[in-house]
Amino acid sequence: MTQTHPFVEIRHAQKSYGKLEVLKDISLTVERGQIVAIIGPSGSGKSTLLRAINDLDPLTAGEVWLDGLQVNKSLPHRQYEKHINEMRQQIGMVFQHFNLFPHLTVRENVTMAPKLLKKITDKEADTLAEEQLDHVGMLERIDYYPSQLSGGQKQRVAIARALAMKPKLMLFDEATSALDPELVEEVNLVMKKLAEEHMTMIIVTHEMDFAASVCDRVIFMDKGLVVEEGPPELVFKNPTQERTQAFLRKHLEGAK
Amino acid sequence: MDVELILKVYPYFLKAAVITVELSVLTTILGLICGALGTTARLSRFAIVRFLGAAYVSLFRGTPALIQLFLLYFGGPQIGIQLDAFSAGVIGLGLNIGAYMTETMRGAIISVDEGQGEAARTLGLSRAQSFRKVVLPQAMRLMIRPLGVNINAQIKGTALVSAISVVELTYTAQRYIGSTYKPFEMFFLAGILYLAIITITGKGVAYLDRRARLQ
Ligand SMILES: Nc1ncnc2c1ncn2[C@@H]1O[C@H](COP(=O)(O)OP(=O)(O)OP(=O)(O)O)[C@@H](O)[C@H]1O
Ligand SMILES: [Mg+2]
Repeated sequence: MTQTHPFVEIRHAQKSYGKLEVLKDISLTVERGQIVAIIGPSGSGKSTLLRAINDLDPLTAGEVWLDGLQVNKSLPHRQYEKHINEMRQQIGMVFQHFNLFPHLTVRENVTMAPKLLKKITDKEADTLAEEQLDHVGMLERIDYYPSQLSGGQKQRVAIARALAMKPKLMLFDEATSALDPELVEEVNLVMKKLAEEHMTMIIVTHEMDFAASVCDRVIFMDKGLVVEEGPPELVFKNPTQERTQAFLRKHLEGAK
Repeated sequence: MDVELILKVYPYFLKAAVITVELSVLTTILGLICGALGTTARLSRFAIVRFLGAAYVSLFRGTPALIQLFLLYFGGPQIGIQLDAFSAGVIGLGLNIGAYMTETMRGAIISVDEGQGEAARTLGLSRAQSFRKVVLPQAMRLMIRPLGVNINAQIKGTALVSAISVVELTYTAQRYIGSTYKPFEMFFLAGILYLAIITITGKGVAYLDRRARLQ
């Protein structure tokens, strides 16, 4: 079987909460190693789409595929649980509010899932934690608790925690928007480093400069639809759609 | 106040206080078990199980504990449940406080930030693993203090079993009133002993709470 398939593929994704249609027939693909930014006004469905990729918010209709496997396959409950847990191990996710486990140290935050799911020894787990924390520049804080860290440090630990599962794909939902402005850069640097290592990433962000500098492709969403997509140079400099132009105008004014 | 009388009878009250402590400990254990089961039921993914959990809670919180005890002890034999007074007391009070503990535990669990479970599930943990490793440890810290409140109420509630003639503190006080005609002294003495039990328990709960918070 040499049939080629996109690395990540979303087919006709639809999502409704009651009468509210949050996603209206969204299809998109992401190739291996690509970095895609999703931008758009508040409430346009960016988080919903991202959270559909690992089935945290299941779609009402449509399919999500990762590396040839359907993520949101319909299966009997038990089989589905097993399947989705395996899929999620391959999809790292970083949240706006970090969601670190406050009762565990930085080290334990990073090693908990690999220890439970990959049956590694304590020693291997320690090496893994050191490696991953070193990668995000947080090795010195390995035995701290999350409450002893700044927002930027928390987010870097959260990224290390996700990376410790060796995911194929990383999802970021406004990873820097809960941070004080002076802490944004340290997190952006870590994400840039991942980009250089060719990690496949889908990044929901409000930071246009960051999106322009690291992403291969930008997707502009509005009211549950993909309105425009393309390389950042085009979408940011020469948007073809009126709605994109309006959004960018408003956003750039706001930034000044 | 007849201090001499108090000094004469207090050893008997101490013995009765031991029964009260036994009742309290056994009732607390049973209550915690019922609370854990009730909580599991209330959070089940099956609607029928959730309904059973909710029914348990509203039945036991919606009727007087005294009626529950009478129903079990006096009404039980009619439907083939024959219990001695002490066992009926433990089971009746345990089921009762278990309903309150169910709500306490469930409240603590659902007040753990939703993002915690989500982060765990996102890493690939199963529902059970995420509950055990992430949600429950955080909920435990939140539930120690309110469970302490339940236990406090429950210790005082053991006085009810005097109505089915378990020889605990309250019953003992009443019995000595019958022979001494000194209700003030007898109830005063019983009250002091309740206060002692509750104060010590309260200190224990506060200690556990502090320790959980330090971690
Ligand atoms: N659980 C839910 N129940 C009902 N409506 C929801 C739910 N979650 C999201 N919504 C609605 O879905 C729409 C899209 O929400 P979503 O969070 O995906 O937007 P977003 O693009 O991420 O916005 P933001 O930039 O503010 O994060 C919103 O109108 C929101 O109110
Ligand atoms: Mg969002």
